Amino acid sequence: MTTDLLDPPRSSLAPTGVRPVPAWTGTALRTLLRRSRKISGLVAVLVLWEVGARAGWLGSTTPPLSQVLDRGAAMIGSGELGSNLGVSLVRVLKGLAIGLPLGLGLGLLAGLLTVGEDVIDAPVQALRMLPHLALVPLFIIWFGIGETSKVGLIAVGVVFPLYINVFHGIRGVDERLVESARSCGLGRLGLIRRVILPGALPQILVGLRQSLGLAWLTLVVVEQSATSSGIGFVINQATQFMRMDTVFVVLVVYALLGVATDLFVRVVERRALAWRKGLVAR
Amino acid sequence: MTAVTTEAPAGVRVRGLTRVFGDRTVLDGVDLDIAPGEFVALLGASGTGKSTLLRALAGLDGEGHGDIGVPDRRAVVYQEHRLLPWSRVWKNVVLGLRGGDLRRRADAALAEVGLAARADAWPLTLSGGESQRVALARALVRTPELLLLDEPFGALDALTRLKAQALVADLWAEHRPAVLLVTHDVEEALLLADRALLLSGGRIAREYPVALPRPRSLEDPRFTALRRDLLDGLGVAPPPAPAEPEETT
Repeated sequence: MTTDLLDPPRSSLAPTGVRPVPAWTGTALRTLLRRSRKISGLVAVLVLWEVGARAGWLGSTTPPLSQVLDRGAAMIGSGELGSNLGVSLVRVLKGLAIGLPLGLGLGLLAGLLTVGEDVIDAPVQALRMLPHLALVPLFIIWFGIGETSKVGLIAVGVVFPLYINVFHGIRGVDERLVESARSCGLGRLGLIRRVILPGALPQILVGLRQSLGLAWLTLVVVEQSATSSGIGFVINQATQFMRMDTVFVVLVVYALLGVATDLFVRVVERRALAWRKGLVAR
Repeated sequence: MTAVTTEAPAGVRVRGLTRVFGDRTVLDGVDLDIAPGEFVALLGASGTGKSTLLRALAGLDGEGHGDIGVPDRRAVVYQEHRLLPWSRVWKNVVLGLRGGDLRRRADAALAEVGLAARADAWPLTLSGGESQRVALARALVRTPELLLLDEPFGALDALTRLKAQALVADLWAEHRPAVLLVTHDVEEALLLADRALLLSGGRIAREYPVALPRPRSLEDPRFTALRRDLLDGLGVAPPPAPAEPEETT
């Protein structure tokens, strides 16, 4: 991996030379160095893990990276990882499909209408103070140990961050922009569409990022008990049988899911917030 | 509530406009007339209600009392450009307008302020002077009968300000809207306006006709005399030395 970075193929150099700078090779080299620096920390951790586990510094219960990768490949091959990951993803997606529209809708109502704020904001703020994970027992009693309680809890978890950020995003829109757009003859709907929603979008995307993070967290918790499928079930089983390599495989999967989510939101931001100066420069 | 008489003709006619913020009376029975095509500058120390009066004329403040007669087609340019950063320049120019040939109208207005090439740019990539010219184009494209300028050059550097002032003078000479220019800058008022008004104590305290031929020169002795008068009216005693204060704040 490191050698690849120091001596990359020509094709990987090309995109860094997009800017028409005279000394473009210098720029490309700098970005390359920068990228390898960014990766170097991660590589060091992984190397330490491998070496440390083999030398026994990390205790007998920590498998080396290579063993974890082998186990991961085996689990993918047998379909064990795929099928359980599929179950977990469906849970999260269902929860998001309920929770995100709810958070967005409530936030819009509270942000755009004074009546909405009066009716919605106080109860939501009060409920928000309650850690939603404390509701696990209640949800199991209400909805049973099936999918409903799990999906429901994920939905509840993602509502609040999105709600808060939509609400504050709308309220944070520069009053002067609203005023000047109004003096340009924009009506109420036009104001919402052209000024308020685009102005609130950066904050809304922050909310989306927090909600997605919370969705994964909730997934971990709801799959801890009363499940017979999902990656949470896999890690539970593995713990009981002391299959530490499997435990680490699932942890790595959790990490990758988080990273993938973050990348997804970043791509959305890059497209939706292209007007921001830093992104426009490219 | 302010009674806004919209059937009023091309000029401005304000009678007895009063605006109270809490227990502070900012405007206390203001009478103001602006003839169609007349360029009026409104001066006054900070906090005398210049911008409040302008906002009332723009229809942005419905809390005052009195009669306001203004033309239907009004446009405002503020000290900050107030462009929507998430809309391309040309979309900002035609914001709130309806019709099929919006792009062509935006391009025409941008060409008038010398920014036709930036029609597709994002506002955040413009300089301060360019942004303010786009704001001017946004006002122009509405073919206003009344153009309200709220310290439009206040945030610009000295050189850019001179250019922007010249641009406004040109555009006014070509399109002839009635103009109300709120400013702190006595020289700016005297360079551009037909009449300078001094707002003080919630009323138009004094009126200075500026009967100088255009284009005007800062060196004109009549200009210097008027400037001394105005500074005096603003409560700034001009020192006898040649170097005189320019700003009142």
